[in-house]
Amino acid sequence: MNSAYILSLLQGLWATVVLSVLTFLFGGLIGFMVGLARISPSWVISRGAATYIQVLQGLPLLVLMGLCFYGPSILGYNSLSPLVAATFALTLYSSAYLGEIWRGCIQAVAKPQWEAAECLGLSRWQRMRTVILPQALRIAVPPTVGFMVQIVKNTSIASLVVGYAELSYNAKIINNATFEPFLYFGIAALMYFAVCYPLSVQSRALERKLNVANR
Amino acid sequence: MSPIVELKDVHKSFGSLEVLKGVTFEVNKGEVAAIIGQSGSGKSTALRCMDRLETIQGGSMLICGHQLHDTDVDLKALRRDVGIVFQSYNLFPHLTVAQNIMLAPRMVKGMKQRDAREIADTVIAKVGLREKMDCYPEQLSGGQQQRVAIARSLAMEPKLMLFDEVTSALDPQLTGEVLRVMEQLAADGMTMILVTHEMAFARKVADRVIYMRDGKVHEMGSSDILRTPATPELAAFVSESAEH
Amino acid sequence: MIYNFDFGAVLAYWPLLLEGVWTTLRLTLFSTVFGILVGAFCAVVRTGGPAWARWIVSLYVEFIRNTPLLVQSYFLIFGIASMGIRLPILLGAVIALTVNIGAYTTEIVRAGIESIHRGQLEAATCLGLSSTQTYLHVIIRPALERVYPALSSQYVLLMLASSIVSSVGVEELFGISNRIQSETYRNFEIFVVLGVIYLLLAVLVRSGFALLGLAIFPRRRTLGTPL
Repeated sequence: MNSAYILSLLQGLWATVVLSVLTFLFGGLIGFMVGLARISPSWVISRGAATYIQVLQGLPLLVLMGLCFYGPSILGYNSLSPLVAATFALTLYSSAYLGEIWRGCIQAVAKPQWEAAECLGLSRWQRMRTVILPQALRIAVPPTVGFMVQIVKNTSIASLVVGYAELSYNAKIINNATFEPFLYFGIAALMYFAVCYPLSVQSRALERKLNVANR
Repeated sequence: MSPIVELKDVHKSFGSLEVLKGVTFEVNKGEVAAIIGQSGSGKSTALRCMDRLETIQGGSMLICGHQLHDTDVDLKALRRDVGIVFQSYNLFPHLTVAQNIMLAPRMVKGMKQRDAREIADTVIAKVGLREKMDCYPEQLSGGQQQRVAIARSLAMEPKLMLFDEVTSALDPQLTGEVLRVMEQLAADGMTMILVTHEMAFARKVADRVIYMRDGKVHEMGSSDILRTPATPELAAFVSESAEH
Repeated sequence: MIYNFDFGAVLAYWPLLLEGVWTTLRLTLFSTVFGILVGAFCAVVRTGGPAWARWIVSLYVEFIRNTPLLVQSYFLIFGIASMGIRLPILLGAVIALTVNIGAYTTEIVRAGIESIHRGQLEAATCLGLSSTQTYLHVIIRPALERVYPALSSQYVLLMLASSIVSSVGVEELFGISNRIQSETYRNFEIFVVLGVIYLLLAVLVRSGFALLGLAIFPRRRTLGTPL
């Protein structure tokens, strides 16, 4: 085992974390809008959001990476850097899943609460902001934390089409030089595990807590 | 007449909680015995011990010739001789009525599909649900589900039937249809032990009434003891039950 | 600058694309069958096995669910090759995908098993069914029926994720497109065509699961309600 290799893996891990955080921020933002659009009273908007979700959930992330990487240059823009292209693709991908998760959470509290709030004479947006969202947020936390695990794992795909140098990319480069796949991919896997496992545990713990509270 | 069920000083605890504190009684072949008592008196536990759903810690229990306190008791043979019906029916939701009834004859007795179907036809007729053979449990009312559960047990041709508060989850109207089936079974000579809250039914059908209190048999006798109780506790219990 | 789209150049490779589709479908089919077997077995061990076996299964499940499929594929396929074992590449890919999907299936089926009411087991026991018979007829079957929608979604994701094994040299749909790319340089068009094909495949796999569900769960066919 070579310390330079370990350092390179740690750099890769850092790049993975950066991409994950960016994805979560942008994906969360767009996903929130997708979730709201999905339950919009306007048929066109909700149908549009549903189509957006269906299409993105029917595409492999790899294909989405390719479209985001090569697409802009076709529209006459400069080609995107690997980080930007990867963030772009992962944002779209995550927004579809997060939008769907959050739609479920909003609808779970919406049905009974909506009418009660309506009787109080609140406007649609007031009802959403003051009554529905605070409650939906509570039940949305566990699946959202759970989805962060998916995001972290999905960033590994960025090493392929767009060639963003994150953890699995660096591990692959090291393996090409050393031919010790068990060792270096094993270490890379442990690093992913070190990031993802606490999130998984946290997500489950939060869910248990929520279930107890709801009993 | 030799007893088919014989409990002698049976003890059973869940952890530090002693539920059965020396239960003794007998039931003869062809008899109907009703076990009554407040909730928590141990009557359901006693019944569950008879099919070895719970193991006993002291005393002896002889059921259809099987010594239940033996560690090497042949459970398969025991369960062939004993049928049990639960409060919550416990029908298999993914199987039709016919499949629910035929499952055990086919799996346990290794019967052919045709023979099992014949038995199913016979027992479903006994509970009066012939036209429901191909329905799934969720398509049936609670009373109908309970009658199917009885038929499912009968299909194994048991020598003894145990009923664990089988009407407690049903409203009065549906209770009636299940009780009628049980009454017919009794008339056919089936040996039955039932844990029940239905005093009127016990009075009418039971040959032997066993009043349990605090993990013991407090009073026992023919169904006359419900009319003329010997102990003040049973008298109180009977009048209490009559109010409901 | 106006870009001239040239889908013709890509579509001219349709026999190659079709070959890729076929490989993707085969990969999906085999990993689905093995994945469900592994998942059902592990779920049974996880819920009813001895303590040490439960521990091994949860270790497996946690490790797979918290690491990326890409790294698992590298680890397994390059690792096996580094030991000097020559596996057909498709077999290697099926192994990697099965190991992966097996863990997710375990969790889903386990949830199904845990949702089976205890009374069901008592009823089966009292009817004299052996524990194997009880597991097969009273636990696994209704458990699978109950989690079938979740399983279907997971296996559509598997089909999509099978594109990842192109990175270890499998020429499934995505892998084969690399060849077209290097011959036509029509990168964007290729990804558009791939996207459309994958969308269609997702619909196909989903419908396949729906039909299969109707075939193997007669209760669902008759009543149309979830168990």
